[in-house]
Amino acid sequence: MSALSVKAASNAVALTRRGVTRSNRTRDGWEFMIRGLLGCTALISIAITAGIIMILLRETIAFIQLPEIHLTDFLFGTTWSPLLGAEKHFGIWPLVCGTFLVSMVAAATAIPLGLITAVYLSEYATVSKRALLKPVIEILAGVPTVVYGFFALLVITPALQSACNFLFGAPIFSGYNAGAAGIAVGIMILPIVASLSEDAMQSVPRSLREGAYALGSTKFDVSVKVVTPAALSGVMASCFLAITRAIGETMVVALAAGGLAHMTLNPADQVQTMTAYMVQIFLGDAPAFGVENLSSYAVAMVLFLLTLMLSIIGNILLNRFREVYE
Amino acid sequence: MSALSMRTRRIVKNRAFLALCLLSTSVTILILALLIMSIMLQGSHFLFNSEAINAVFAHGELSQLTKVIRWEFLTNFASRFPQKAGIYAAVIGSIWVCAICALLALPLGIGTAIYLEEFAPKNRLTALIDFNIRNLAGVPSIVYGILGLTAFTRMFGFFGSDKNSALSFGPEDAWWHIQLPFGQGLLAGGLTLMLVVLPIVIISSREALRAVPASLRQASLAIGATPWQTASFITLPAAIPSILTGAILAMSRAMGEAAPLLVLGIPVFIANTPDNLTDNFTVLPFQIFNWAGRPQESFHQLAASAIVVLLVVLICFNGVAVYLRHKLRRPMA
Repeated sequence: MSALSVKAASNAVALTRRGVTRSNRTRDGWEFMIRGLLGCTALISIAITAGIIMILLRETIAFIQLPEIHLTDFLFGTTWSPLLGAEKHFGIWPLVCGTFLVSMVAAATAIPLGLITAVYLSEYATVSKRALLKPVIEILAGVPTVVYGFFALLVITPALQSACNFLFGAPIFSGYNAGAAGIAVGIMILPIVASLSEDAMQSVPRSLREGAYALGSTKFDVSVKVVTPAALSGVMASCFLAITRAIGETMVVALAAGGLAHMTLNPADQVQTMTAYMVQIFLGDAPAFGVENLSSYAVAMVLFLLTLMLSIIGNILLNRFREVYE
Repeated sequence: MSALSMRTRRIVKNRAFLALCLLSTSVTILILALLIMSIMLQGSHFLFNSEAINAVFAHGELSQLTKVIRWEFLTNFASRFPQKAGIYAAVIGSIWVCAICALLALPLGIGTAIYLEEFAPKNRLTALIDFNIRNLAGVPSIVYGILGLTAFTRMFGFFGSDKNSALSFGPEDAWWHIQLPFGQGLLAGGLTLMLVVLPIVIISSREALRAVPASLRQASLAIGATPWQTASFITLPAAIPSILTGAILAMSRAMGEAAPLLVLGIPVFIANTPDNLTDNFTVLPFQIFNWAGRPQESFHQLAASAIVVLLVVLICFNGVAVYLRHKLRRPMA
């Protein structure tokens, strides 16, 4: 037994000694109270979810009931122009499209890099290489999102522009663009993909690897044909959870992606995401009860449902994976 | 012979994959280096005093050493003129808000974790709470901002508008003077950030508690300790280093959040530090957002300087977390 367990045991002995002087009834009452108190703190998380749903639902219903809004336009419309023009249009698709574009660029950056990093960390890396790479990933995970926004706007965008200038003779990327924002978001979610996937690969039993090595496999065969398929649901969960973060990311897109909501899949264009629209409304001192203000709640509702759905899928995959191996 | 070529091909493939791994890890490291370098380069202008640097390093005048850092940047309030601008209000606001957030989120989060790991019966309600917490961790922080705006800043409109408060407690000049609704004050900010980090604190604390071997609990229960005595005297002390590590990482997340506070409508330009719990404030990430979003080059440099300060604070936080993880870790059973 280690020092800690000895201490634990002596603590417990001291406790029981004290317990003797107190009657069992007060002790039980105390236990009951503590348990109730802790149970209440656990219920707060349910209250938070209920609060979010209630508020979003109330304001979204108020938005839909406005005379100038039609639900079908909101759900299927392809024009989003709440602030400009004589006639305001509220079709959610341009914002969804912008969010989708930024998230796809982010996923295209983060998933290949993250998965290869995870395989390397889990299967190839020596202790010293791990000691170098792990802190790098932890630092990337700890950098605040507004810093990535700064990086996207003032480093990645000029870099993309001058690269295109060099290659095609024109900058192509506009000053605000989905590509730079997507790459920055990708760097931001890279640690999620890498560390969750690595965890999943690490929990694949050693016997599977050893069986493969015994048959003469190389490390490549083991990592790509044995470990990755065995950890697949955990790896997929990491991708889903990372994309959830990308969809909800706010500061990067508010700084670097621009403010024009339109249907485009061109990463060199500026786009407006759902989160960026909310920032625009909440920063702009829009009247507290106007159409624009209510529309931001409806957008938040769509965003909430979308991220909730993805995160539920991710967690179900993760649970399934844990059931298999843990 | 074909077997031999197959073998060579597989070995080549293995080597190629290793090269790919090394390439992608170097890309990752390169990205981090680029990030830090570009920010340091842009941020040095307002953070350091070039004349003093010159005096110290070129002429060896050590008396100038304290002037190397432009302290005005840390002690001035934000300003329209980049030369006079500083981050004092933002730093003080960040410290206040994070302290409030920690005081609220840590007891609640750790309490929930203890309940779920040590007490909760295995039933549908527990499963629902567990599922709920996992999914709350994926909710975008800006959505928590909306909850904070309605529940804390406006308090559902129960106490009139947030611009002129209906109720207040405590003397005007006391730090615990509180107005209802909270408006854009410190309490509203701290509570909103608490919503953001609560799931993170709960999840990391639960993992820490789960790592405590069952034999310790069983030993304690076997000699007659109650579940709460076991949790508070045995399990919690054994798990506290990992819980603290998770808590510090959660706090560094709170330190870097701007989106939920932006939704509350906190001011960008503020010329005094908060006097009481419902006084207006601003935070460092929001200040950075504002400066980075302006068109002028000098404001971008200001943003970079503020980022350097923010990153230094966060690295200190993480350093403490790493220290705790290594020094307080003891073998368990």
